[in-house]
Amino acid sequence: MHILEINHCNKKFGNHEVLKDISLSVEEGQVVSIIGPSGSGKSTLLRCATLLETMDGGDLIYMGQSAAKADATGNAIYADKKILQEVKKHFGLVFQNFNLFPHYTVFKNITEPPILIGKRPKQEVYAHAKELLQKMGLADKADAYPYQLSGGQQQRVSIARALAMKPKILFFDEPTSALDPELTGEILQVMKELAAEHMTMVIVTHEMSFARDVSSHIIFMDGGVIVEQGNPHELIHNPKEARTKAFLSRFQQSE
Amino acid sequence: MDIAFLTDIVKELFSGLISSFWIFVLTLLFSMPLGLLITYGRMSKFAPLHFLAPQHKPVGKMRATLANFKPIQFICKIFIAVVRGTPLMLQLFAVFYGPYYLFKIPLSSEYRFTAVIIGFSINYAAYFAEIYRSGITSIPVGQYEAATVLGYNKAQTFFHIIFPQMCKRIVPPVTNEAITLVKDTAMAFVISYPEMFTVAKQISAAKTTIMPLIVAGVFYFIFNAVVAFIMECIEKRMSYYR
Repeated sequence: MHILEINHCNKKFGNHEVLKDISLSVEEGQVVSIIGPSGSGKSTLLRCATLLETMDGGDLIYMGQSAAKADATGNAIYADKKILQEVKKHFGLVFQNFNLFPHYTVFKNITEPPILIGKRPKQEVYAHAKELLQKMGLADKADAYPYQLSGGQQQRVSIARALAMKPKILFFDEPTSALDPELTGEILQVMKELAAEHMTMVIVTHEMSFARDVSSHIIFMDGGVIVEQGNPHELIHNPKEARTKAFLSRFQQSE
Repeated sequence: MDIAFLTDIVKELFSGLISSFWIFVLTLLFSMPLGLLITYGRMSKFAPLHFLAPQHKPVGKMRATLANFKPIQFICKIFIAVVRGTPLMLQLFAVFYGPYYLFKIPLSSEYRFTAVIIGFSINYAAYFAEIYRSGITSIPVGQYEAATVLGYNKAQTFFHIIFPQMCKRIVPPVTNEAITLVKDTAMAFVISYPEMFTVAKQISAAKTTIMPLIVAGVFYFIFNAVVAFIMECIEKRMSYYR
C-alpha cells in the first residue's frame, strides 16, 4: 500500500496555475526529494499534501484513507473535518523557519502535542521525548526555551516535535534554507540518520548532493509540473530534459 | 489651613478613593473578558450566505459580496465604532438615564453605581477588543500552521498556542488603558456618583479651597504609580521567553 498518493493535483492562486496535474506516490521507507527553481510549485505541493492549502482538483490519499477525492469533473472534494483530523495523524511537517512554540520549553514543545492531541499516556510520551532529544544531541537542552537555541538546534527540536507524533511519513519544506552551511550539515546529518532507519520522507530541498546521496527517488519540478523524475544519480548527473540540464548545470560544474 | 483640616480632607477623599478603586477593579473584571468576546466576534468569519457562491463556480460581483457578508463581524465593527466614536461621558448619561427615558423605569440611587460599572465596562471592552485583536494578528502565521499540522483544532490552537502569546504582547497597551481608566473613573462625576473626584469637588465648593483637588491629584498619582508597578511586575514575569 502507498503511504501517500496524489493523483492529478491542480492548484490555482487566482488565475495563476501553480500546480498542473501532478501525480506522485510514496512507498513505505522511500525518501523522495523534490528539487526545482523557486516558484516551481514544490512548496505548494508540500502544503497541499499537508493540508495547509486546499487543492482545486485531484485526489489526496494517505494509507488508503482519502483526504480529498476528485468528483466527476475533477474538482477536489475534501472529506469532513473529523476524517481530516484522522488523516493528519499519518504525517508530520518540518518547516523552513522551525515554527516552534516560543512559550514552551524544548521538552514541552515535544511532549505537549502527543499528550493533548495524540491522547497518549504522559509517561510513555516523556520517555519517547527523552529518547528523541538524546538522538538529536539535545539532551541538555530540554528545559531551554526556543529563543535560547541556535537555528540548527531549533530545527532539530522541530524534527523531534514532528517525530514525537509517530508519523508514518515526514515532510520537510526546505529545512536548511534558513541555516548557515555549518548548521545545514547538522540537520542533513540528522536526516541521513532518519533515512538509514527507513523513515518515509518527502524533502523539498536545494541541497543537490544531499538529495542525490540520501533519496531513493528524485523529482524535478518547474512551472507547476513534474519535468523529470527517477533515480537520483541518474537524474542529477545525466538529466534528459533540457530544463533539468539547465537547472543542474551550475551544480554539476561545482562538483 | 491647619493640620486637622487637612486630615479631614484626606479622610473624606480616602472614602472616595475606595469608590474609585472599586470602579477600576470591577471595570477591568468585566471589560477584559467582554473585550475578548468582542474580538472573537470582530474576527469571526461566519458567513451564513456563503452557499450563494459555491467553491468551483464563478458568480457575479453582487452575489459574491452577499456570500461574503459576515454579520457577526459587521455587528462588532459597528459596536466598536460607536463606542470609540462617542464620548464616555455621553455613554454614562445614556446608560444611567436611558432606562427612564426609554422605558419609564424610575431611577433609583443604587442604580447609579451599576450604571457606572456598565458604562465603563462597555466602553473599555471596545478598546480592549482592539488591543487583543492587534495582539492576535501579530502572531506569525507559522504558529497556526505548526499547530494545524500537529492536529490542533481551532479552539486548541487559540487557547494553547495563540492566547498565551497574545497575553505577553498586549501587556504594554493594556497598561496604558489601565492607567487611563484610573483617571477616567473621575468621569463618574457626571452622574453624581460619589467617587474621589466628586467628593473633592464638593468639599472644594463648600470650603472654597482648592486643597481637596490637590490632594485628589496626589491620590490619583499614587494610584497610578501602583498600577504601573503591578503591570511592570506582570511584564517581567512574562519575559521568560521571547
